[in-house]
Amino acid sequence: MILYFLCLILFCVGLYGVLRKRNIVKMIIGLGIMEYAMNLFFVLMGYRFHGRAPIDAKDQNILNMVDPLPQALVLTSIVIGLGVTALVISIAIRIYEKYGTFDITKIKRLKG
Amino acid sequence: MINNPETGMTLIVKTITRLTVGLILLFGIYIILHGHLSPGGGFAGGVIVALSFVHLMLAFGKDVAVSRVSKNLASNLESIGAMMFLLVALLGFLRGSFFLNILAKGSPFNLFSAGTIPLSNIAIGIKVGVGLFAIFLALVVLERSK
Amino acid sequence: MELHILLIFMIFAAIVAIEVKDLLSSVIAVGAVGFALCLAFLVLKAPDLAITQLVVEILCLIILIRATINKDLPLVIEGRWVFNALSTLGFIAVFLLFSWLALRELPRFGEPIMEVVKKYLQEGVSKTGAVNIVTAVILDFRAYDTLGEATVLFTSVIGIMAILRKPGRKKKE
Repeated sequence: MILYFLCLILFCVGLYGVLRKRNIVKMIIGLGIMEYAMNLFFVLMGYRFHGRAPIDAKDQNILNMVDPLPQALVLTSIVIGLGVTALVISIAIRIYEKYGTFDITKIKRLKG
Repeated sequence: MINNPETGMTLIVKTITRLTVGLILLFGIYIILHGHLSPGGGFAGGVIVALSFVHLMLAFGKDVAVSRVSKNLASNLESIGAMMFLLVALLGFLRGSFFLNILAKGSPFNLFSAGTIPLSNIAIGIKVGVGLFAIFLALVVLERSK
Repeated sequence: MELHILLIFMIFAAIVAIEVKDLLSSVIAVGAVGFALCLAFLVLKAPDLAITQLVVEILCLIILIRATINKDLPLVIEGRWVFNALSTLGFIAVFLLFSWLALRELPRFGEPIMEVVKKYLQEGVSKTGAVNIVTAVILDFRAYDTLGEATVLFTSVIGIMAILRKPGRKKKE
């Protein structure tokens, strides 16, 4: 319970960065932190006390494995997160080339 | 081109890179092939393969890495990986349904076991590795061309 | 207990990453968050995720550093700073209050409901032959998810190549 709540506080730190910062790179960093918090939350939901990693061993009958389903979902989500981060970074580099700044308010001013 | 002192980092970095980059590539391939026996699999192994090429590019400059894997080859290989994964999925229609594991299962704890899972791992490893390398190549080429 | 320490460390590193003035320090702090997340996956008995998070974090750091190096950070004092910060913090406080109410309905930490997975754990090795159950789930039982993931990655690569191609088109001869 406390762990879930700490995880949501981490999510809120990323949310604050996305909402309040005016630098595009800071916004991307906030997005990354939100993604980390979501991945961690999924894996925390599947943990089991005194559980073992979901890999069979030779000549052993393992009964108390942790939940492998959230791990499988998060495994794809991590790689997608890298792709999304690279896409947003490339857009930010294009904006820097065109306007010479990372500040979003200046970009708005130059357009009008 | 490799011994050109103008591009890339210093001689020390280049010498160490010559020793280590093959080992990193080999470790990535090992992780991909043993995905159904140990932690790892196509995603992690593919990113390690991409990191070995990124390492080469950072140490020797852009041209050496491009001479190994050019941009067109990277996009073609990525499409081939995606098509291979889809082909493995369509192979299941021989017995009735999508993504059915039709090959022989073999005995557990062997390298050649688990039916189509190693094939899917190889396809995903090619796709992720070459795709991430293509992303990095696009970013670096843009920065140089200014 | 070690999970609590790791999470508090991650929260502090995230606050540093958001609030510090220098862009390069900010990127390094985000790397600290990612490596702490890798350690947390190891504690939570997920070695696949720990390996993947480690290598992805290294590649992500290289891309972020290449993008932000030698670029200045404009230092501006914004108007209505107090009002904006207070309204954002108020919104976050309301969000946390409702999430506290909602979290009480979830199963307790350490005792998951394993309805779906029970079948996978029992029949995983005999049905697929793969010893690693996570690989068996992503490439056999739930391979549709992986196909969708491959599509998303393909789309993102195409998008990056379209955005970053050299501007201007050559005239036809």
